[in-house]
Amino acid sequence: MKIFLSILLTAILTNNYILSKFLGICPFLGVSKKLNTAVGMSAAVIFVMVLATAVTYPLNTLLENYGLGYLQTIVFILVIAGLVQLVEIVLRKYIPALYKALGIYLPLITTNCAVLGVTILNIDNGYTFAQSMVNSFGAGVGFLVAMVMFAGVRERLESCEIPKFLEGLPITLIAASLVSLSFLGFSGLVEGIFA
Amino acid sequence: MAEKKTPMQEFTKGILRENPVLRLVLGTCPTLATTTSLESAIGMGLSAAIVLVCSNIVISALRKVIPQKVRIPCYIVVIAGFVTVVQMLVKAFLPALDEQLGVYLPLIVVNCIILGRAEAFAGKNRVLVSALDGLGMGVGFTAALIVMGGVRELLGSGTLLGFSVLPDSIAPMTIFVLAPGGFFVFGMLMACANRLAERKGKPKATLGCMGCPLAETCSSAEKAACANLKEGK
Repeated sequence: MKIFLSILLTAILTNNYILSKFLGICPFLGVSKKLNTAVGMSAAVIFVMVLATAVTYPLNTLLENYGLGYLQTIVFILVIAGLVQLVEIVLRKYIPALYKALGIYLPLITTNCAVLGVTILNIDNGYTFAQSMVNSFGAGVGFLVAMVMFAGVRERLESCEIPKFLEGLPITLIAASLVSLSFLGFSGLVEGIFA
Repeated sequence: MAEKKTPMQEFTKGILRENPVLRLVLGTCPTLATTTSLESAIGMGLSAAIVLVCSNIVISALRKVIPQKVRIPCYIVVIAGFVTVVQMLVKAFLPALDEQLGVYLPLIVVNCIILGRAEAFAGKNRVLVSALDGLGMGVGFTAALIVMGGVRELLGSGTLLGFSVLPDSIAPMTIFVLAPGGFFVFGMLMACANRLAERKGKPKATLGCMGCPLAETCSSAEKAACANLKEGK
């Protein structure tokens, strides 16, 4: 049990996928302008991350068994792309309410490096299936936390007077730098709790 | 974009005028993640450039064969194939670099510069100009990474390519090789690039749908999400 909690907390706080691993920066900078879109996007990411791990983990074992480990990258990206399409179709048909909330973000997730990144990292880290699922969920929640926090920061930025040369993207990046700095404070926390 | 460019201009545009990182704002993830040292920045830039040139050539050669509707999956397969080749080469000949780049090497697949160029250029143009476009964009990407990697390594660890440059009396600021330093240096570089562009009367760089390979997928119902992307100044 302890190891699951430690993996979960590490993925959310100390090794946050956006703020310390730099995966999924495009949606982080692009979709974080309003709180509700940030939450919708993150919910879709959590959903796809967990689903993608559930599918790619057994597939990787299969590839390794046949000595086809080098096909990992190709197989994973195709499976994720196919999966996202499938989820979109199924949601539209059977759960229209959820489709309305998450559907718009699904096409944007196919090429989101956080999703491919989490599936590859699960295998690189040598996690078991259950650990991988927990890690993917944690990574998704970490994405949500970072997005929501940053959406708040950006709403405040709107009403500030910004030096002219920093207007636009530069000030957003510097704000991201400060948010990321605050997450550095968590380093060592998880090891401290579970030591 | 309407005016006809000579092949030479197709090559040079990627280096400064349409620099993928600083002007089109594509491929931000590897830009931030692999620039902790100059060495890994160069490795990442060159790996991505090789994939970009090769995939541009193949996609451009196949542009009349690939059906319009399934082009994105086709592009992804081509790109993933070349990424696997590069991955195996790096693993075999440069194991130290493989260690440094880690997961970011296979993640070249989802680098939006490559898919973006396939969609915006290689899918519509002849093989030779596509190769030049890919080469120019690759050089531009590498150049941006080198600038960022150089600044971060110099300030963060006081070295360049592993050699000590700063005198001992100046303590290196470790924060620059950590995550916050990445965002900060990128923000500052972006401000400089914007200033230079402004002087020439060009608009500021924004995170836009323009370079996003999935812009067309964002039709009707997806407009909302895309509008947000567009506004993301």
